Amino acid sequence: MRMPTRHLLGIESLHPRDISALLDLAESYALLNRSGKTRRDVLRGRTLINLFFEDSTRTRTSFELAGKRLGADVINMSVSTSSVSKGETLLDTAATLNAMNCDLLVVRHKSSGAPALLAQKVDAAVINAGDGMHEHPTQALLDALTIRRHKGTLEGLTVAICGDIAHSRVARSNILLLTAMGSTVRVVGPPTLIPSGIEQFGVTIHHDMADGLRGADIVMALRLQTERMSGGLIPSAREFFTFYGLDAAKLAHARPDALVMHPGPMNRGVEIDSQIADHATRSVIREQVEMGVAVRMAVLDVLARTATPNA
Amino acid sequence: MRDTLIAGARIIDPASGHDRLGDLLIRDGVVADFGASLDRPDGADIVTAEHCILCPGLVDTRASLGEPGFEYRETIASAAVAANASGITTIAVLPDNAPATDDPALVRAIAAAGEATGRITLAPYGAATRACRGEAIAEYGLLRQAGAIAFTDGARTIGPAALMRRALSYARGFGAMIVQHPEEPSLADGAATEGARATLMGLPGIPVCAEAMLVARDIALVELTGGAVHFAHVSTGAALDLIRHAKQRGLAVTCDTAPPYFDLNETAIGDFRTYAKLSPPLRIEADRLAVVSALADGTIDAIASDHQPRDADDKRLPFAEAAPGGAGLATLLAITLAQVHSGALGLGTAIALLTVRPAALFGLDAGRIAKGKPADLCLFAPDRSWRIEAGNLPGKAQNTPFDGRAIEGVVLGTWKAGRRVFG
Repeated sequence: MRMPTRHLLGIESLHPRDISALLDLAESYALLNRSGKTRRDVLRGRTLINLFFEDSTRTRTSFELAGKRLGADVINMSVSTSSVSKGETLLDTAATLNAMNCDLLVVRHKSSGAPALLAQKVDAAVINAGDGMHEHPTQALLDALTIRRHKGTLEGLTVAICGDIAHSRVARSNILLLTAMGSTVRVVGPPTLIPSGIEQFGVTIHHDMADGLRGADIVMALRLQTERMSGGLIPSAREFFTFYGLDAAKLAHARPDALVMHPGPMNRGVEIDSQIADHATRSVIREQVEMGVAVRMAVLDVLARTATPNA
Repeated sequence: MRDTLIAGARIIDPASGHDRLGDLLIRDGVVADFGASLDRPDGADIVTAEHCILCPGLVDTRASLGEPGFEYRETIASAAVAANASGITTIAVLPDNAPATDDPALVRAIAAAGEATGRITLAPYGAATRACRGEAIAEYGLLRQAGAIAFTDGARTIGPAALMRRALSYARGFGAMIVQHPEEPSLADGAATEGARATLMGLPGIPVCAEAMLVARDIALVELTGGAVHFAHVSTGAALDLIRHAKQRGLAVTCDTAPPYFDLNETAIGDFRTYAKLSPPLRIEADRLAVVSALADGTIDAIASDHQPRDADDKRLPFAEAAPGGAGLATLLAITLAQVHSGALGLGTAIALLTVRPAALFGLDAGRIAKGKPADLCLFAPDRSWRIEAGNLPGKAQNTPFDGRAIEGVVLGTWKAGRRVFG
């Protein structure tokens, strides 16, 4: 397959058939990974730079592993706040990277649209690894792959996304992907954490967990950033957990075979109860991490092909 | 100076209702005569102007010029060039520079700097509060004596109700208006209008009611104090409804808007285009249409360029971090004419909103064509097309929200006190 664009900046620009093709390829990489084999020829001679302006362990590691399993030279750059205070701008950084002839640039930034800005200025294919409150496309793809492996399809499923929707790029990318693939999506949370206009994305809004989870096939809990509490959007962690924390009692409203997901890292006892997070049959949180590597391999593979004509 | 005869133009002067084909004679810097067919004095420069419109030089009620303090963005000299390219001959200059225009000497210095260009009259606003810091009111009496036309904190809202009350009340004693950026500050910490688009782009939103809320409050304060308020760059239907109603009740409430708010809607910020990041932010289509209606029905008193010069370092940033504001001088006339071409505004109405009505707001002796008055004039071809391109605009600031736009209406000549300063 080829991507419709040279970059992966968000789910918004993908057609359902692109999503399906990426998931199919990722599925094959998931099997390859489980068999312990690698395909180091795919990105041999290519350079992948992980450019992280925001702390991340799992996403960066996942991209690093994906790149290495496909044979790329992988470089991690964590741009600390100190170099920002030295006055180097995002575009200075872009110019530096361009001079290094990097092929694939994985970017995480606290500001929405930062990868899009970089994409205008660099020759590399840019992959958005999370920008502000905008998108986190590989997370949505890995969530979709995890769901598809268990449920066989995305079409016709009911997915409840719970918690801090307003500040979540994971929620946005998941809503775009799942609605495009024919799932029914509900968002569940207190009104202060539901973003304005979200109903225009084809989701329904619920402020009560029992109501939002009723009959759901998939329940996704989102990380609650602690700064949201200091910002006064919710009064306390215990109040949040009481009404919106995913525990056994609330999960009982979902279908008996409903899967529990979380993009990590988890705040146990805030948005999710440990008993649920570690549940042997319901929780697929660890499998999400595994699928993350496979999805990123697929994305890197396809973008490298898209970038090189006749490859 | 040689005489100039502009021949065969459609001369439109909304102040007098004059709208006829004819000639206009400039002698010694003033309009010596105009009418159906004038004799051609010996040795006069003849400007043939068939199919063109001659109107008063435009009066821009709201522009930030960068000087003093932000000369890397724009200077008075570069702004004058950009303004003349759009037929502007008078600019009301915002005070929120560094230092802010809160001292009589600065008011005089800005007016003198305008005069020194030979291109433009600068009518300075005085700061509403010292250093535009929003704490204590400035010296309205002394600033007014020095020539300040009204008082404002520019892009900053005069936030606390008690402070706005005092400003309105005290300014009234000197017959001056307070010009307000109407946006409730505690709701204004965002990068786009709150709603589906801001949510999709992951941008912090400013609820649309932040504007109407502040307008409602300040109208109440006008009733309380007997003062006069002018709301700048009004952008929402809700705020315009309140202003319309206040005017019907005879309150001293006026307002302006700027081309982005009747020409663009929030879709312009798609792909994180920071040149379309403005303050107030671009709105949904229904609000744009409400602005167009309010221009047509007279609720809006003037169209201002709302020129906010920014350089690449201000704008080449992730959207939420980029500075708001658009360059507006060079495109003021053409974007306004788009509403005429679309049939939403009459030509005379549009020209009035750019000339006599803004001049009347501030009591400026400008914005009209009259015998014996300085020849501040704008000659344009209404149907000739051009493309607005950031990078190719006159003046220093290139941050136009209209980048790439094909538009009709080309200025062919601008005269300031009889001297041709453009074309």
